[in-house]
Amino acid sequence: MLEVKNLYKTYDGDVQALKNVSFKVEQGEFLAVIGLSGSGKSTLLRCINRLIEPTGGQIIWNGQDVTAASQDEMRRIRRKIGMVFQHFNLVSRSRVITNVLAGRLGYVNPVLSSLNRFPKSDMEMALAQLDRVGIKNQAYKRADELSGGQQQRVGIARAMMQEPAMILADEPVASLDPVLAHSIMQYLEKINKEDGVTVLCSLHFLDLVHRYADRAIALNDGILMFDGSPKEIDDEKFREIYGKDAERVG
Amino acid sequence: MKKSSPIRSLTVGLVTLLVLVVLAYGFAVTNINFEETRSERRVASLTRILRALAHPKLFDYEFEEVDVEVPFYLGCPEGGVEPLDVDRSGAFILTSAGCSEPGGTIVVDGYNFQENSSGPINFIGFSAEAPNGVPLQVGDFQADAQGNFSVEVTIPNRQVKEDPQAIRATGRVRVGAPSISREAKVTWEKIIETVFMALLATTFGTMLAIPMSFFAARNLMSDIKMPLSNISLSLLGWPLGMWLGIKANQLLVNSLEPLFKSFIPTLAGALLLPALGFLFVRWFLSIQDEDAEVKLKDRLINLFYTIVAAILVIASTMFIGKLLLQIGDYLIPNEEVPLYFMRKFIFQVGDIITMLVPAIAALVGGGIFGGLLGYFGQTISDRIATATGKIINLIITPIAGASIAMLIMRGVDWFYQFNNPAITLYWPAGIGAVIGLALAIIAPPKRPLPIGIILYGIIRTILNGTRSVEALVMAIVFVAWVGLGPFAGALALGLHTIAALAKLYSEQVESILEGPLEAIQATGANRLQTIVFAVVPQIIPPYISFTMYRWDINVRMSTIIGFVGGGGIGFVLQQNINLLNYRAASVNMLAIAIVVASMDYISSAIRERYV
Repeated sequence: MLEVKNLYKTYDGDVQALKNVSFKVEQGEFLAVIGLSGSGKSTLLRCINRLIEPTGGQIIWNGQDVTAASQDEMRRIRRKIGMVFQHFNLVSRSRVITNVLAGRLGYVNPVLSSLNRFPKSDMEMALAQLDRVGIKNQAYKRADELSGGQQQRVGIARAMMQEPAMILADEPVASLDPVLAHSIMQYLEKINKEDGVTVLCSLHFLDLVHRYADRAIALNDGILMFDGSPKEIDDEKFREIYGKDAERVG
Repeated sequence: MKKSSPIRSLTVGLVTLLVLVVLAYGFAVTNINFEETRSERRVASLTRILRALAHPKLFDYEFEEVDVEVPFYLGCPEGGVEPLDVDRSGAFILTSAGCSEPGGTIVVDGYNFQENSSGPINFIGFSAEAPNGVPLQVGDFQADAQGNFSVEVTIPNRQVKEDPQAIRATGRVRVGAPSISREAKVTWEKIIETVFMALLATTFGTMLAIPMSFFAARNLMSDIKMPLSNISLSLLGWPLGMWLGIKANQLLVNSLEPLFKSFIPTLAGALLLPALGFLFVRWFLSIQDEDAEVKLKDRLINLFYTIVAAILVIASTMFIGKLLLQIGDYLIPNEEVPLYFMRKFIFQVGDIITMLVPAIAALVGGGIFGGLLGYFGQTISDRIATATGKIINLIITPIAGASIAMLIMRGVDWFYQFNNPAITLYWPAGIGAVIGLALAIIAPPKRPLPIGIILYGIIRTILNGTRSVEALVMAIVFVAWVGLGPFAGALALGLHTIAALAKLYSEQVESILEGPLEAIQATGANRLQTIVFAVVPQIIPPYISFTMYRWDINVRMSTIIGFVGGGGIGFVLQQNINLLNYRAASVNMLAIAIVVASMDYISSAIRERYV
């Protein structure tokens, strides 16, 4: 479904964020991306929907070369790939429902949607998605009135509005407490298992990886160090990924 | 702590010396002269002006006046002056002497004046040319509760006269209630004019500054990149489309002109065309299928519909404008009707709309053709092999370069009137073509070039240039164009507002949070949607705040823009200062102070609420 081939990313100033990264993702997989902060996880996820322009290599999405796609084609590719962010990235002054409806922007008419006119079916869908993450009653509040956990649920609802084939989750629980983290991860798991949406999720905590991921890949300084089942990460692998001095917590 | 060394001390000494020299030079060039400030003449005139300014002429009073006169000899005649027989039944004055040498001092005593009355003491000079006497004020008096006073006055230093002159005291008492002075009324009228001048300048300036600010924001423009073929063809398409737009508009105007002559067709057009346009646009939007791949055929069909929609919109605008003009004419035929100013407004709005239609047509035409040719350019880069693309670039880029250079020189020619085709056509065409050719050779056909940043640079430069010209200077040009008065001032302030606000706004756009922008882009939103959903909600509070701030500035500026003929309070203030009418000027200044201070307060109160 998704194939990343020899991906490179060099930022201006010769910072090599990704070095020759290749891996494949199968339909319906829950793939965890692990690694230290600054190891290139976020860059990797953003290269997949070209929020960041890769320097070299190819990304094949359902047989289509993402790196060579035109603007029109990118719009069609992006709307099938939902994205969830560490800091939720909601438009804080807009209402929750508007934030969720924004997930439809890739599908609806640009002119009408810019006048804030969405089809009725989209409105119903937005409320249904909010209901699914349990915050339907907050729909008409301003996004910044919600708590962190609730905001991330809005973020998930927004991603689900895209009717995505895949969700890219960039450390979705890193700014939440452990209890909330599990509840958010469970939503992602549910989306993965029930709707068959492929999930690519970068994570910090190994126990979350063990608990939710089918497979894990690990980055260290932009290099792919590991690709396999989370169970295979033993102490030796662990030190390879996180460096010699690392100790396991949690 | 550093060790002190001789070199260090020497440096400190030299720097101190340098500072002193700089200060000394500063004193010299600014003509600092405190002797002048102490001279009696200067102090006297300062006192006079400050006292006048401290007495703003807000109220007019009606006075009851009593004139009392005694003869007085300038230069004592031989044998002295006969003692006078003064009528002591009413108010009267006595002088300490009946005569005086020029420049001498006498004491004037007054009796039986009305209590607390006050007024001037005049020396009246009689001569053959002025048999009725010319008064020269030599002093003031203020009578006590008994109606008496005693004032020392200096007799003017004039030529000695044989005939008797006179000393006259005029006692004044206020009667009746004070009324608002004429100066205060004029000030009120003009301060209203000033505030509205600022309001209009801010409103229209804001309306134009908002769209411009998006083009002057680096973070929005930096990721606009296009391959060379797209840029060249867009550059050709825009002027071509604008020209076609203007031509099409002329054609439309000519063919519709007969309809505007009578009311019924105008009304019908103004009602039907917008309705038709609305239905058409709605239908057009509803047939857009966002899921389908857009083919060239669809593009062309869409283009056709877009042109139809554009024509409908422009024709509706024209009809509405003309309708407003006719309604204004019919409803309020003359100044006697109470809402005459509304007629003027309707008329002007209609006029503005009719005036704007060609500009809108040009923009629409440019947008359509620029976009269409740009799309072809993009297709060339996307679909066609690199080598072929290069050859196409080698042909179209020099053409685009030459055309743009010739267009620019046509603009320059308007100012400098070269009247020489070598300068206005051949040279620019050659240079433009060479630059284009060089670009086509250097740039790989498929690599997107950062056209957004270039556009950003151009717009920023224009804004900075416009901003650096003071509104006062702009007003001089506009006064030449539209004549003396507040309209010129409003235009100048408006233009300055566009430049200043667009820059302030764009800095706000640049400082928005990246996160929401990224999130909206990730949903597949296009540029317009990204701006509406991620940028606009974030910038509303600072935009409101800056608009209020600018209104505040505009009110302040509009108070002085009248100095160059821009209307408003500044105009009368300058007149009053030139006529040495300081008490009236004081009223003007007081009004300015009140308005500026309250604007300052209001704008900061509103800004606090929104930030």
